[in-house]
Amino acid sequence: MSNWEAVIGLEVHCQLRTQSKIFTGAATAYGAEPNTQADPVTLGLPGVLPVLNREALQMAVKFGLAIGAKVAERSVFARKHYFYPDLPKGYQISQYELPIVAEGHLDIEIPGPKGEEPTLKRIGITRAHMEEDAGKSLHEAFPGVTGIDLNRAGTPLIEIVSEPDIRSAAEAVAYLKKLHQLVVYIGICDGNMQEGSFRCDANVSVRRKGEAKFGTRTETKNVNSFRYVEKAIEYEIERQIEVIEAGGKIVQETRLFNPDTGETRAMRSKEDANDYRYFPDPDLLPVVVTAADMEAIRATLPELPEAKRHRFVTQYALPKYDAAVLTGESALADYFEAVVETSGADAKTCANWITTDLLGALNKLGKDITASPISVEMLAGMLKRIVDKTISGKIAKDVFEAMLAGEGDADAIIKAKGLVQITDDGAIISAIDKVMAANPGQLADYRSGKDKLFGFFVGQVMKATQGKANPDALNRLLKEKLAP
Amino acid sequence: MHTLSFRQLADGLRSKQFSSQDLTRHFLGRIAALDSKLNSFITVTPEIALEQAKAADARLAAGKATALTGIPIAQKDIFCTRGVRTSCGSRMLDKFIAPYDATVVTKLHAEAGSVMLGKCNMDEFAMGSSNETSWYGQVKNPWDPTRVPGGSSGGSVAAVAAGLAPAATATDTGGSIRQPAALTNLTGIKPTYGRVSRFGMIAFASSLDQGGVVAHSAEDSALVLQAMAGFDPRDSTSVDRPVDDYLAGLDRPLDGLRIGLPREYFAEGLAPAIRTCIDEAIRELQKLGARTVELSLPHAPLSVPTYYVVAPAEASSNLARFDGVRYGHRSEEARTLEELYKKSRGEGFGPEVQRRIMIGTYVLSHGYYDAYYLQAQKVRKLIYEDFRKAFEQCDVVLGPTTTDVAFELGSKSDDPVSMYLNDIYTIAANLAGIPAMSLPCGFVRGLPVGLQLMGNFFEEGRLLNVAHRYQQATDWHTRRPPDPS
Repeated sequence: MSNWEAVIGLEVHCQLRTQSKIFTGAATAYGAEPNTQADPVTLGLPGVLPVLNREALQMAVKFGLAIGAKVAERSVFARKHYFYPDLPKGYQISQYELPIVAEGHLDIEIPGPKGEEPTLKRIGITRAHMEEDAGKSLHEAFPGVTGIDLNRAGTPLIEIVSEPDIRSAAEAVAYLKKLHQLVVYIGICDGNMQEGSFRCDANVSVRRKGEAKFGTRTETKNVNSFRYVEKAIEYEIERQIEVIEAGGKIVQETRLFNPDTGETRAMRSKEDANDYRYFPDPDLLPVVVTAADMEAIRATLPELPEAKRHRFVTQYALPKYDAAVLTGESALADYFEAVVETSGADAKTCANWITTDLLGALNKLGKDITASPISVEMLAGMLKRIVDKTISGKIAKDVFEAMLAGEGDADAIIKAKGLVQITDDGAIISAIDKVMAANPGQLADYRSGKDKLFGFFVGQVMKATQGKANPDALNRLLKEKLAP
Repeated sequence: MHTLSFRQLADGLRSKQFSSQDLTRHFLGRIAALDSKLNSFITVTPEIALEQAKAADARLAAGKATALTGIPIAQKDIFCTRGVRTSCGSRMLDKFIAPYDATVVTKLHAEAGSVMLGKCNMDEFAMGSSNETSWYGQVKNPWDPTRVPGGSSGGSVAAVAAGLAPAATATDTGGSIRQPAALTNLTGIKPTYGRVSRFGMIAFASSLDQGGVVAHSAEDSALVLQAMAGFDPRDSTSVDRPVDDYLAGLDRPLDGLRIGLPREYFAEGLAPAIRTCIDEAIRELQKLGARTVELSLPHAPLSVPTYYVVAPAEASSNLARFDGVRYGHRSEEARTLEELYKKSRGEGFGPEVQRRIMIGTYVLSHGYYDAYYLQAQKVRKLIYEDFRKAFEQCDVVLGPTTTDVAFELGSKSDDPVSMYLNDIYTIAANLAGIPAMSLPCGFVRGLPVGLQLMGNFFEEGRLLNVAHRYQQATDWHTRRPPDPS
């Protein structure tokens, strides 16, 4: 492997989350009864015509703007021909020579050697074009017959084609995760990989290090999870190296990944490939995006993940790691900002509670931040009670658990459980006195220089006050009292 | 009643000389009695017609009628009609019933209130110039039943020429309205590309196809076109621009009208007797105040080869959907998916359609695209440029519609190239997208001759105006063939 270098380019099919199909008003919802979302245009009945869904176009433009690409003022739909039962018209309407988006990029982070900062790597995006999805062939449902479900046919897609800038399976996954985060962030894709909303084909070749020419590539189709992408690419790299080292040649072909075995196998060679006979679709006019259209769409772009992460570091003085976690999803970032604003607690405290306690709990529940049982108001309410010293951070952990268990908001729980912190010096002093009286040996040892026993006394007093003593006050008073 | 103009029919309906139901029964009767000799209809729809006629009578009585309300017309069987078979002249669609109406059908019947008599025969998928490629058999020319009526709108013209319908819809991809109109003594207009919606009109070559009308006069054509034309949000290539008032402009005088005579349209290949009729028509128009300008359309001779790259290319793509999977003819013999495609398409399409699919597939193939399709698109632009320059010098371009009168059935069936040359004068207008029409201008050996007028974009009104003034001064268009015996 060390003498070899992999060259990888990815093609991602990203379903746009429009209400209706790209060229007709039929719905795009996932999981409906077969063929209930197949209107005459979807069915390719004679005489019907496509009309472009403006929302799909806007989403494609939005994507182009988000990756710093050139958005074409004039792009053209073309017909791509092949016969298959789930392709109703005998051609797919796609874009070929003049795509809507060209020459963009995404920056991914490559982890540095231990203890060093990660480095940024720019992955070029050659193009992204609009097209319609095909239907589905159902081979299992009916013995001896193939069922065709055209609900998915005509769902808007953008196909995002990267430059062959990727050099390892890990980089490929980093790129895909970044891309996935982005399309979800800007609201053009639901990102659901199980339902096929975000699908990836991987073009892989290998060459000896230092060689300028690319090796012959294979295309592995439809690897639909980040883990499978990693496995499929790793397998394919190894396979290709083995073939070449054994004196063989790589054949340009399309391969299929089998998740059960972790292997890829040949599906069809270049010779069997279809001649798609692309030509401009005469039913659709060239798509024109004016400078004004572009600016109007730019105005709808949310703050992008990169920018948000930088802002979180500078505005909230958060460590890079926390900022990265919090900006991973825009809903999470919004949650964090709302908690900071409503609670008045310092940002790092908020970040700790969210990234550790809340995300941990959500993870266990298998829930998304948008379905969190602890709302912004509830978490902020709890943090307020820490800020005003009603409860300590330690007691707050119990309050948090109780909120998670559905016992109400922080104030209700604090009241019900009598968790209000003891801040009265007198009460704390009397507890200290009792502890000192009960532990004369430890007291003598401490006073003779065993500083470590301070913790012992803190623990004893906390125990005596059921943990309710205000930690700051306790520290201060205990130091005074223990002093020789 | 079958010799009355639209204006006379509308007057008769309003003055209660006859009802729409009377009128409809009259035409249905003529179809029943005479069409077995012509074969101009694939499907006759008497129940629908009488139901629509009844509704039209009510609308007339309520005073909510349009100029077309209650007047029967026939639809070319390329326009989808909800609940009624739309075959496009093909075995492939012999059992196809669309769940929707074409926009043209909606506009003419549901909106304007005209009555649908049935669906007219046509060349299969509109591919042909003689109506001999139809799965439903040849159509005969009412002027001479041994001759072709022209195509592809052969059924539409035969029905109207024989008085089985006052007018019919038609479509024109390379001359399919004008050539058959010329061969049957009718007035037919192909509007500007994008003027009439293509929604529900089964596609042959999408960038060339345009719906229009055939009737006995420019005035009748104007009335029907007025109701058909207009922007349709369901057709991305339809143009969002108001429709001119065609009727209001019909009587404009022709003083100062500049008529362009392209020398390429009067060159070798034009039968001398046709030339004589055209020259006579020019003199008539000059008498009406027009003057002529000689000009050149230098790329016109390239229209036929250009067309026979572009049209089959688009057709091969448009007809890919007929695969026997969801609707249409499915072979009983097929055992595998590939056989399903090959046999269904092999059985469902006739030889001319198959020939064009093969040509189209070839010119779009990898390695040939640049040499054929792209090259043809460049020539197409040059043809358009020719017209653009021509319309700087003149208002309308005039020439013959066909090189000769109607030919005998079967005489060209085995020679596709000679058949293709039938459209030599008509194709350029489709390639350029401009409006064009044919109108009667004489007879040779007892057979009608057509005069072609071409106009600048959206100048349908001007064409109809010139044709109408000419028809006010001549009576060629009033001549009708005897009923077939």
